[in-house]
Order: sequence, then structure tokens, then C-alpha cells
Amino acid sequence: MTSSPSDEPEYDLAVIGAGAAGLAGAVTAAELGLSVALLDTAAHPGGQFYRHPAPALGATRPEALHHDWSTFDELRRRLADSDARYLAGHHVWTVVRTEPRRDRWEVHAATGADGNGERPVRVRARAVLLATGAYERQLPFPGWTLPGVVGAGGAQAMLKSGLVLPGRRVVVAGSGPLLLAVAASLATAGARVPAVVEASGYLGYARHPRALAADVHKLAEAAVHGTALLRHRVRLRTRSAVTQVHGADRVEAVTVSRLDRDWRPVPGTGRRIACDALAVGHGLVPQLELATGLGCATRRTQDGTSALDLDADQQTSVPGIWAAGETGGVGGVRLACVEGELAGVAIAARLRERPALTAGGRVRALRRRRDRMRAFAAVMAAAHAPGPGWSRWLDDATDVCRCEEVTAGRIREAVTDYGARDARTVKLLTRAGMGWCQGRMCGTAVACLVGEGQGAQLPPSPERRPLAVPVRLEMLAALAETAARENPPSKAPQPPG
Amino acid sequence: MARDRSPAELVGAAPDTAFEITFDGRPITALPGQSVAAALWAAGILAWRTTRAGGRPRGAFCGIGHCFDCLATVNGQPNRRACLVPAHPGDTVTTQEGHGHDELAV
Repeated sequence: MTSSPSDEPEYDLAVIGAGAAGLAGAVTAAELGLSVALLDTAAHPGGQFYRHPAPALGATRPEALHHDWSTFDELRRRLADSDARYLAGHHVWTVVRTEPRRDRWEVHAATGADGNGERPVRVRARAVLLATGAYERQLPFPGWTLPGVVGAGGAQAMLKSGLVLPGRRVVVAGSGPLLLAVAASLATAGARVPAVVEASGYLGYARHPRALAADVHKLAEAAVHGTALLRHRVRLRTRSAVTQVHGADRVEAVTVSRLDRDWRPVPGTGRRIACDALAVGHGLVPQLELATGLGCATRRTQDGTSALDLDADQQTSVPGIWAAGETGGVGGVRLACVEGELAGVAIAARLRERPALTAGGRVRALRRRRDRMRAFAAVMAAAHAPGPGWSRWLDDATDVCRCEEVTAGRIREAVTDYGARDARTVKLLTRAGMGWCQGRMCGTAVACLVGEGQGAQLPPSPERRPLAVPVRLEMLAALAETAARENPPSKAPQPPG
Repeated sequence: MARDRSPAELVGAAPDTAFEITFDGRPITALPGQSVAAALWAAGILAWRTTRAGGRPRGAFCGIGHCFDCLATVNGQPNRRACLVPAHPGDTVTTQEGHGHDELAV
């Protein structure tokens, strides 16, 4: 027995994701008179950046783990004051056009803390704002599957929501500005952080003084993290990477090696650092499954990830589908707020047929701020783009695909011995990227290893997957039943000819 | 020397009453509002799954529900993402071996 999806009323706008971008978009659109549904996987709004302890944990100073907490407080207040319907615990797995009327969208969600709930939900809307954010990019290395190795963003998320640490002595490693924030949070919350290991230098920034000067706020934020790290005597080691994790069943130490300019480890430079956890990550990847499923065009960013190609008002190449925040390229929380607001105004202007809404000073200022922050984001992405030599720190026994336990050796074999020329063929030959996470953790690495075999680095192409998150079969069955009921075949199929 | 500081002290947490859950039969303390994974980390437990092929230990990795490394058997139900599922008083969490559906083996 299957249960049909429970239907929400039709809305003007469905916003997917209640992080900074989605919140800003939802409250802006609602304040301009649109009916809005805001769907989010978590139990509380905030997304990843404004992730915070559940009310039962009674945090009296949640702002101690955040910058710009007042911005979030304000967004939360506006959401409460608005007529927008906030749907917590909703895991959207697909967005499709309604049939037969093709000017509406259907958003399908699984409910519950981990999407395991019984009740499928369908939300219909005239426009959709994708504010699905990003997840962390991982580059594998020997030992990275050992318990105690956690994502840098993961350590930050567990700290912000659960007030817990993965260990007492935590090395932070990888690349990107998030590392400094994570190290500062961990150290402030009581962990010893013996080192922050950054694969890039910071010289990449210095080549773009104008973009830097245009986003003073970001520089100030870096200074705040820097001060925290100095206070906790955290050493920053640039042009270095963790090339080995030691321990039998959990982390006991890591080896940190110097990297050359292409990120190849320099032989003989390995130095062991004792620790009981490692928080690691190489920047963020925009989360695009819903968008690519709809056929939205993407662009290549400076650090090799794919992001949505958006027009001046945040609309994707598919009319009626809009995007804001990290989905359009990773740029941080303030950019997400600006883009969400801009999208909210532009969608209201379109749906209420009031083009004057986007002609005023508010929208001009938003566009200007967005362009300035996008320029900074591009510099940041270029400065931390993985060097082509990183895969030299993998040995053949290293698991690359964590879900299916596929080693680097087997992927290289698929390329050199079986002639695989792309990540999809490697997947079909080895199962790399076919597991629970759907290639989110290994996608970058597999694509790079394929490129390695051809003397070139091929950035991964955006994944096209019909389902954005795992869905129970009974939910798909319920959907088919509903579709059959609502759109019965009007006549028997005609024989050809 | 600065005294050791905890995340709870940092944010001035005054949680509701703590409760007990079990992990592989061993009692551990959880705070209301914590996920199963957070409660396990707080008890110093980093692994609660063994992989299907190599039988290797795994626990929370991405921390935000994307990587599925933190799958655990919660109250007899396998494949629950421990980083997303909130802990409730009396929950029994057990190490998930492989795909967690041994009863389906032939």
C-alpha cells in the first residue's frame, strides 16, 4: 500500500533551501506580496553557515560561533513576520514541470530528519528559487577513510549544531578560506589545533589588489580569524598537504609534506604531527542536482567546479527557475544574502507584472554589490584551485570512492588497461561514484584520475541525476499512481501509421 | 595556561536535562537537541559502521547528510544517517555491519 503525496496549496514561489540565500529570497518575495513556500532539509532555518544548536541545547550565546549573527537574527525575524510557509525537514528530490499545463512547477520532497519519513509532499508553484548551497570538495589521500578524519566543514557543522569536537588535538588541512574559519572555531571551542595545512600559497590573492579592495568585509573577516589563530598559537603551513594518516582504527598522527607549485609532494619533506583528528576539505562544490535535472545551463568556475549560469536578475537558462547563493558559484554568506534579495525582487517583478520593481535604486545597488563580491569570489577560487599534481600523493591502495571502496589503483587500471576516457565509464567499470553519496565525495578525484591517464586534467562535468537525494521506492510508486489519476490517458494510443 | 574550554561553555549552553541512549549495549549520555552522531562524538566514539567490502570502521565524515558514511542502525532500523537523526531518550544505536540487512542474506 502506498500513500499519495500530501498536497500543499499552490504558491507563487517555492524556495528550496533555508540558508542565507533562500531566507533572503523568501522573505523579500513574501514582503512584496507573493505567496511563498520555503522548503529545507534541516529542523531549523540557517543552512550550513548559520547552522546553530537546537533550542533544547539552550545556547545563550549562539553568536560565539558565527560572524554576522545579527544578519541571521534579522532574516529569521522577517521570516516569522511574513506569510511565507516554512517547511522544515523537507528533502526535495526532484522538481518537474506540471503536466499538462507547463507553466507550473511541482516540487517533490521526502520528509523527516533524514528523509526517512512516511509522508511524501508535493508543492506546486509558479516559480522556483534554487538556494541549495554547496557541499565540501574532497581530495583523497592515504588514510583519509580512518575514523577521526572528518570534513573541515563537517567538523564545523557538528560543532555548530551539536556542540561537539571530533578530538582534542585536531589538525586542519586542505585548501580554501574555510580552513581558517574552521581552525578558529575549533580552537575557540577548546580543541588544540597544532597546525593549519593549506595546499596553496596566499600569493594568488596579491595579484588582484582591486578585487580585494572591493570587498573589505572579507579581508576584515580573514583578519579576525588570523587573530584568533595567533591567540591560540596555531601554525599556518602553506604549500603543504597531509599526505598520510597514521593509526590502526583511528587517527593517531598525520604526515605533512611540502608541495611544489603543481601540488606534487616534495620527497623527503614529510613531517609527522601527533593528533587524534584531522579536519580536511578543499573548498566547496555548488549543489546542482535539481538544477541540472531541469536542464539549467552551467558554467565552469575558476577552481574547476560547475556553477549555474545566471542572468543579471538571478534567473537560470530555464525560464521560471531562479537561483541564488552558492549554486551560482561559491562566494560566501554575504553574497548569498544579496543574491537572494535580488532574486526575490526580480521574481516578484515578473509574477506580479511590475517591471518597475527591478528598475529602482534597490536593485541597482544589489546588482553592484553582487558583481563586486562575485569578482572577489573568482579571485578566491583561482587562488585555491587544486594543482594538477595533487593525485601524486595517492598510492594505488588508497580508497577514492568511500561508498563502494574503490581504490585509486582500480581507477587507474580502468583508464590505462580498459581505456576509460571519462568518469562515467570509470563508474560503469569500477562502481566508483555509484554508491550512497552519488559521487559527491569522489567525483572530483575520479575525474582528475581519468585526466591523469590522458596527460590532461579534466574537470568533472556537472552530474545529471534524476533524483537529487535517495528516495524510497514506495514514494516513487505513489508518484506514478498520482500521475495516472490526475492525467488519465484521454484515448487509447493510436497505432503508428 | 588557559583552562580547557568546551563548546557548550563557549555558547553559554544551558541544556534541558541530559538523557541516556545505548551504543552496542553501552550506556552513553546525550543532550536534547543533539544528533545521534553528536552524542557518539561527545562520548569519544568515532566509528559506528563497518564497510560492506573491507569491513573497515566508519563514522561521521561530511557532518551534513551528504556522504552517508555515518549510517547506523537506530532502534533496529539500519541505514539511518546518524548526523541528521536526533537522539531520543532510550534510543538503541548499534554498529551497522555492511548494508545492515543481514536478515535478507541467502
